[in-house]
Amino acid sequence: MKAAPFRYHRPATQREALELLSQCENAKILAGGQSLVPMMNMRYVMADDVIDINRIGALTGIAIEDDHLLVGAMTRQSDLLNHQELKHRAPIFADALSYVGHMQTRNRGTIGGSLAHMDPASELIGLASMLDATITVESIQRGRRECAISTFAKYYFTPDIAPDELLTEVRFALPSGHHRHGFAEFSQRHGDFAIVGAAAIFETDIDKSISKARIVLIGVDAGPVRLSAAENILTGQKPTPDALRAAAETTQTLEYKGDGLVSADYRKRLARIMTARALEQAAGQPQRGT
Amino acid sequence: MDQTIITLTVNGTEVTQPVEPRICLADFLRGQLNLTGTHLGCEHGVCGACTVLVDGRAVRGCLMFAVQAHGLKVETVEGLAPDPQQLNPLQRAFMKHHGLQCGFCTPGILMTMTEFLRNNPAPGERDIREVLSGNICRCTGYEGIVAAVIEAAAEMRGEQTESSLLTETNPT
Repeated sequence: MKAAPFRYHRPATQREALELLSQCENAKILAGGQSLVPMMNMRYVMADDVIDINRIGALTGIAIEDDHLLVGAMTRQSDLLNHQELKHRAPIFADALSYVGHMQTRNRGTIGGSLAHMDPASELIGLASMLDATITVESIQRGRRECAISTFAKYYFTPDIAPDELLTEVRFALPSGHHRHGFAEFSQRHGDFAIVGAAAIFETDIDKSISKARIVLIGVDAGPVRLSAAENILTGQKPTPDALRAAAETTQTLEYKGDGLVSADYRKRLARIMTARALEQAAGQPQRGT
Repeated sequence: MDQTIITLTVNGTEVTQPVEPRICLADFLRGQLNLTGTHLGCEHGVCGACTVLVDGRAVRGCLMFAVQAHGLKVETVEGLAPDPQQLNPLQRAFMKHHGLQCGFCTPGILMTMTEFLRNNPAPGERDIREVLSGNICRCTGYEGIVAAVIEAAAEMRGEQTESSLLTETNPT
């Protein structure tokens, strides 16, 4: 299991990378390589040119600006997981990232790589959906373009990125200071791909009623699924067991698909259970944030 | 095939070699540098046998091309022992607690735990198991590995343990 031969490019700047992308016919961007390299080793992917963007320093960085989090595409998953200010401001990131592979893959794996690979089970894609992320892509021909996460998923493993475009940055809308979160995922073993995962964030008023609910499912469709019906049920309510149950029940009206390992019925059942667990955590956790 | 010249530091020694871009770091270490302590199991990032440190961080040696390590510092299992006659505290604890049986996965686990213990000098069992989840061992059942890491951490913190006593010439 060895990768097929390719030409290797190590651009030092983003401009250089974009020029290479516009010139090469069958090129792949190499970010952290934790999904691309296995596919190359198994020869699911055979690229003529590999453009390694690991040395473009400008693509790495984490910044919290008011109520937004800006993350450069080449930021390692480990670095986001261990970011102290983010742990305080939005602890769901560390919680969700602990489910992404293992320490050794998170040390290489990047935020931009995860979003561009767009695995249906991706925890990061789920967070991006829940936090209404905006994804910046750039090309030589058309310059800078911003994509809303809601229209980013075109099909399985197919994000809205043209062959000559490079994902450069993602901007997450952070929840307000007073919020609680939950994250639940079922996989065969910890660190494996999620069969179904659910995440929830409740922003709360002083009387403990929910002023804004954000709930998302991963692993059930080509892209993340925002549970707007469940969000509507909970908005303005106190998170009582009955309200949480009713919200989790909305997952049962969605359509589920089976695959080689998991039947549609099983996935549907897991969707309710994982959603209920995420909601219970979000309702029960102590107040977080500033 | 076209080759690229790369220069990197491996266990403290600078190495310059031509390498084909498609060669992964683990194959480069084994095939071109004869550092065969790094093993390859699954070759798609699941088993962790090929784990090495790159700039101090544990990574899968099969999921990084050797050309990507140009200019970086690589540490392998061969660099752990202070000299050929002596093991380091982590290796010693693995021996004492039967943290290995066939030994195939051991180099990867040692490298994973080397980074982990540098950042977490006093880890809990739960944290050790969480990190260990990135390495697969089919012999030991992991119990001995966890016990070894707990003891190695204690010894590296300067606490006296049974395996530290084993190496002292005049135990008190």
